[in-house]
Amino acid sequence: MSLTSSLTLDSLSPGQEGRLVAVRGRPGAALRLRRLGLRPGAVVRVVASGGWGGPLLVEVGGCRVALGRGLTRRILVQPLA
Amino acid sequence: MSGRPRPRVDPEDPRPAPRVNLQRIALVGQPNAGKSTLFNAIVGYRAVASNFPGTTVEALRGRAIVAGRPVEVVDLPGAYSLLAGDPAEEVTRRFLLSGEVDTVVQVADASLLGRSLELTLELAEIGIPMVLCLNMVDEAEHKGIATDKGKLSALLGVPVVATVASRGQGLTELLAALPAARPARRPPYSADVERALSMISGALGGNPDRLLRSPIHRAAHLLGGEGEEITLDPRIAAAVDEARSELSQGRGEDPGVILSDERHAQAARLFEGVATVAHARVGWREKLDDLLMHRLLGYPLLGLVLFALFWITFQVGRGLEGLLLPHLEGLSELAGQALGEGAWARVLVGALDGLWAGMGIVLPYLVPFYIVLALIEDVGYLPRVGFLLDGVMHRIGLHGKSVIPLLLGYGCSVPAVLATRMLDDDRDRLVTAALAVMVPCAARAIVVFGLVGKFVGPGPALGLFVLNAIVVGAAGAVLGRFLPGLGGGLILEIPPYRAPGVRTTLAKVWLRLREFVRVVWPLLVMSSAVLAVIEAFGWAGALDRGLRFITWPLGLPAEAGFPLVFGIFRKELTLVMLTQALRTENLAQVLSPGQIVVFTVFVLFYVPCLATVGALGREMGWNRTGVVLLGTTGVGLLLGVLARVVLIR
Repeated sequence: MSLTSSLTLDSLSPGQEGRLVAVRGRPGAALRLRRLGLRPGAVVRVVASGGWGGPLLVEVGGCRVALGRGLTRRILVQPLA
Repeated sequence: MSGRPRPRVDPEDPRPAPRVNLQRIALVGQPNAGKSTLFNAIVGYRAVASNFPGTTVEALRGRAIVAGRPVEVVDLPGAYSLLAGDPAEEVTRRFLLSGEVDTVVQVADASLLGRSLELTLELAEIGIPMVLCLNMVDEAEHKGIATDKGKLSALLGVPVVATVASRGQGLTELLAALPAARPARRPPYSADVERALSMISGALGGNPDRLLRSPIHRAAHLLGGEGEEITLDPRIAAAVDEARSELSQGRGEDPGVILSDERHAQAARLFEGVATVAHARVGWREKLDDLLMHRLLGYPLLGLVLFALFWITFQVGRGLEGLLLPHLEGLSELAGQALGEGAWARVLVGALDGLWAGMGIVLPYLVPFYIVLALIEDVGYLPRVGFLLDGVMHRIGLHGKSVIPLLLGYGCSVPAVLATRMLDDDRDRLVTAALAVMVPCAARAIVVFGLVGKFVGPGPALGLFVLNAIVVGAAGAVLGRFLPGLGGGLILEIPPYRAPGVRTTLAKVWLRLREFVRVVWPLLVMSSAVLAVIEAFGWAGALDRGLRFITWPLGLPAEAGFPLVFGIFRKELTLVMLTQALRTENLAQVLSPGQIVVFTVFVLFYVPCLATVGALGREMGWNRTGVVLLGTTGVGLLLGVLARVVLIR
């Protein structure tokens, strides 16, 4: 899983899945994401994408989480099929 | 679970010290796991339970009899983790460390067991005897998750009970398991983490600080980079720094992140050992999100929901008012005739008028409003609105999560201000609280319905709510200018939709109405009596003249000044006192439609009620509260004068 072949989460379209590779930026945000199961190795599915530069709705570990667009640009994923 | 008396450490608890032997049981769990629902099932309906993460922001206490002995049950704010928490989670952590808690019931959402077990492992570090309650097992089943309770119990060393708290299922078993509570077994971390922890706990050894009751938790907390709440001994601080840098050098990660990942790995191992996951059924709930959270359709549907909230309230309220008012007016006349014209009689008639007004003018709108709002909360729609409005909220310098306190503001400003504790950032909390008090609470909505809706028309009444939303948005944009720097990004769990139960919804409505019956209604009666006294002594004229500086620029009659003063206590009083000051229920006879709108616009924005001011002061400090009050009054006056210029002349 090299960082070069991964995409940011916001470039996945609804219905697509990816394996989380890393969260860039301060450890604070990484920790807050981890509390909801968004950690390296987790499989994340994009459910919906909000309008107006709005958030992404993702599903991880059986729960749905809304993530601000800015945050999703700092989350690196490896797209799965 | 010893029988010795425990020291009281919560200075805010007004109750006398607990009796010897009174056990204290704390409900702990991740947000939206159903702690408040379970709490209500155990002690009777006392806590507001809703379907969004972060409903409970402070510890709530109730009493119950367990195995023939009285116990105190404490409902604590939800915590994803005890590390890196928001203020509500910190309430939970401190309560657990206070030494007040004999037994912990961890309420876990059985459909999110893997994640919940991470919290179990943190509770194991704190070391309080516990029972693990797998709640909402029906939902887990729906998701295809089956858990071997016996095996989990053996692995953790604590009783494990399955419940569906909303239906009271498993409650007896849970209470029966309490005496068997044990501290959960703590699996060891990797060798490097254990070494770092023992470096810190070695340095902590023998420190009498009461936050050090659970040395392993304390060491993990410090290792994770938290713990500014106590000034550390320089020797301990040095040990913490050394342990942190040694650990992060070895792994190339932040120590807090390492701890979280280690706990996750342990929890995942436990989960895999005890749970089987079959294929989840996709049902209406998953499909509903495709519609309600749709990037285009979601917005008109949101408009429809809010419109329905106000429209239903207005229509039902007007109908009930029409049924009740004639009878109550008849009663009022009868009382007047029976009591005569003496000074005391007039005071008594005034007090009775307050009683009728509460029943005939306020309750008809309050009841339907609370019912519809409770349904919206319990279905789980609020976090969806947060998702929909995140982009728009960014334009006024906030995240979508702030939408939840703002929407709660339509119910009552006090819980709205408290709900800002669910936000992760200090600055966001401040801005959101300042805006939330400008959102018209149910009391102000009643003024809008009872004045503008009734005497001018339903269209203008709804227009005032739209105007209010625009003003709140503009105020947010201005505040964003002065307080730049949006914290973090939106991270908001969107819980599944849940069908609200009739009993729980009505119980919640009653819980909120009780506030009206116990506090506001007596206040209405008292204020009406006070007004009667003032008029009986002929003081009203002088007082009204003293308030001309507000009523004159607004183009209102002098008599409207006094109701505005009463409104500082409770907003409903402005409406009721206006009818008493002007001596008629039919205000259209004495006020022009323009004057009614101007009065309402001013009431919508000026000083929030005293209870709200108190909550603001506690949450954000008195200086900032003062600024907010000046701001809202300024906005109220400005808009009132503008409305006067446009509508009156």
